[in-house]
Amino acid sequence: MTQSAVRPTPASPTPPGGHLLEVRDLHVEFRTTEGVARVINGVTYHLDAGETLAVLGESGSGKSVTAQAIMGILDTPPAHVRSGQILYQGRDLLTQSEEQRRQVRGKEIAMIFQDALSALNPVFPVGWQIGETLRQREGMSRADARRRTVELMDLVKIPAAAKRLGDYPHQFSGGMRQRVMIAMALALDPKVLIADEPTTALDVTVQAQIMDLLADLRRDLNMAMILITHDLGVVAGVADRIAVMYAGRIVEHADVRSLYRAPAHPYTKGLLESIPRLDVRGQALSTIKGLPPNLMRIPSGCPFHPRCPYVQQVCVDVVPHDLVLGDGRTSACHFAQEVRDDSAR
Amino acid sequence: MTAPASPTKVRGETILSVDNVVKHFPISRGVLFQKQIGAVKAVDGVSFELRRGETLGVVGESGCGKSTLARLLMRLETPTSGRATLEGRDLFKASGSELRRLRRNMQMVMQDPYTSLNPRMTVGDIIGEPFEIHPDAAPKGSKRKRVQELLDVVGLNPEHVNRYPHQFSGGQRQRIGIARALALRPEVIVCDEPVSALDVSIQAQVINLLEQLQDEFGLSYIFIAHDLSVVRHISDRVAVMYLGKIVEIGTEEEIYERATHPYTQALLSAVPVPDPEAREDRGIIRLTGDVPSPADPPSGCRFRTRCWKAQEVCATQEPHTVLRAADPHPSACHFAEVRPGA
Repeated sequence: MTQSAVRPTPASPTPPGGHLLEVRDLHVEFRTTEGVARVINGVTYHLDAGETLAVLGESGSGKSVTAQAIMGILDTPPAHVRSGQILYQGRDLLTQSEEQRRQVRGKEIAMIFQDALSALNPVFPVGWQIGETLRQREGMSRADARRRTVELMDLVKIPAAAKRLGDYPHQFSGGMRQRVMIAMALALDPKVLIADEPTTALDVTVQAQIMDLLADLRRDLNMAMILITHDLGVVAGVADRIAVMYAGRIVEHADVRSLYRAPAHPYTKGLLESIPRLDVRGQALSTIKGLPPNLMRIPSGCPFHPRCPYVQQVCVDVVPHDLVLGDGRTSACHFAQEVRDDSAR
Repeated sequence: MTAPASPTKVRGETILSVDNVVKHFPISRGVLFQKQIGAVKAVDGVSFELRRGETLGVVGESGCGKSTLARLLMRLETPTSGRATLEGRDLFKASGSELRRLRRNMQMVMQDPYTSLNPRMTVGDIIGEPFEIHPDAAPKGSKRKRVQELLDVVGLNPEHVNRYPHQFSGGQRQRIGIARALALRPEVIVCDEPVSALDVSIQAQVINLLEQLQDEFGLSYIFIAHDLSVVRHISDRVAVMYLGKIVEIGTEEEIYERATHPYTQALLSAVPVPDPEAREDRGIIRLTGDVPSPADPPSGCRFRTRCWKAQEVCATQEPHTVLRAADPHPSACHFAEVRPGA
């Protein structure tokens, strides 16, 4: 497999001080008894202050593993970072000591998870869990931590926060639990918030509330956000840019509007055509044939070629590099231009 | 494989009729002397009809009772009260061999393709198991051949009959579940969230398969899902549930284009649309708060605690699911009207 060179990422030029967060050519593999699974194969993306980047992909595409690598919470073993850099404010997190990374975690970059019920400890009250971060990391007294916890719970719009400090996670509804998680993530005032499928376990009406809350917080606190999701609908509402992942690579990277208007990678195009839409009647659902690849045996050339309607011999032989399209977007497809022109039609 | 529909069976006639079905799960306290202190009103008076060859979508948020409804219809739960008939025969009074006969005609596809298949059984045994339970429905000749036919029908390789579930992906496992449901040539299939555990690119494959099987065998579906876009795509008629009741029921067009119940309107407006340009001119209705506990539902209209239209009358008088002047389909709201501009 060829290694892709580090390329400038599209849509925004590098600001004078460099990007806030930048992942450069990251490779992660899982070493298991059955073999080596290449989970991340050269992911490059960046995030600037105050913007929202959506990372879109199906299960196994590597979207969560990339985030775990940024946070330094990969399960090692089996996961190993083979190569690459993760630059936060210009410093490479991967070369830092565990103590240095701990200072970044939570305080600079915080993360919320999909399943709030299993991410919270069932035997401690939520107030105590939110306050733990403040007592441990900020050295606050119990009384101060308690005061700040109530502020945080108000910030994420948990009603009657002061009364609910002593309640346990099971006494909260799914949406409220996710708010507790968000309050914990915000405790140390991070500059980057990584939200890993924050609304997947929630009902639509509650999902809308949580997405609104995240958008408001991002704006009010001027955070940058990485939103990891498989839901093309959720992304359309909140993201500035989208990176689409497939088999551990970013196959397409574009600003939200151009991506939805004319996807330039056959995988993105297939995804958009395969979801039923509420606002369109009587459409035929087209499908992407086949299955996502086994990461222990990623197909040669373009990993999407066995499922791709545009496939040619070159796709089997040559790994496509990111093709920079005129409007500042990239697509890792030999036929990116054609795909985009087809989609625009 | 021949279609089960015989000439006497008319498409469009009522095949399943559900009348005021109630399921309350008791909440009890005490160990030795258990005392019932309340009840979770999971399904609280649901009525609808399913016609031959149609798909009735049932949508609602978690805890609205849609899965309990499915389990009641399959007789996996015993209803507290109510009546349901399948082709004129009473579903809830049947027992023993009569119940087995009825179940032959109504099968279920479960949500989770990982836990609904026995990991120690081969695919052939899983799909062939219905024939053990219903020997009179078993094929005359080779059972194995029939199982392979079924695998072929759902788009799996018939040679994989000796494989185990773990050797298949999620989408393929869901196809195995569908093949098992088809084995006895039922007329009604209850699909409980059949695609919600699948990835987007696989979801479309399974939806298309369900539609194709419906055309081929004249099946009627009850399609339960929380994803409103999927339900719109597959359904002829749609029932919207909230806290154990149907709040609105009508054709796909009546529900999605001319909904008159505030809950349906809010639900539809909250669905994220995968198009950044289309969503800007949609007025999103933001509901506040969470769904109340089904153990202690609000008086009168159950939606009133989250409804922006709520008045005095909503707290005192329960609105029934009847035809409303706003649009001629049943809706359970005192102030039913089509959303202006929608």
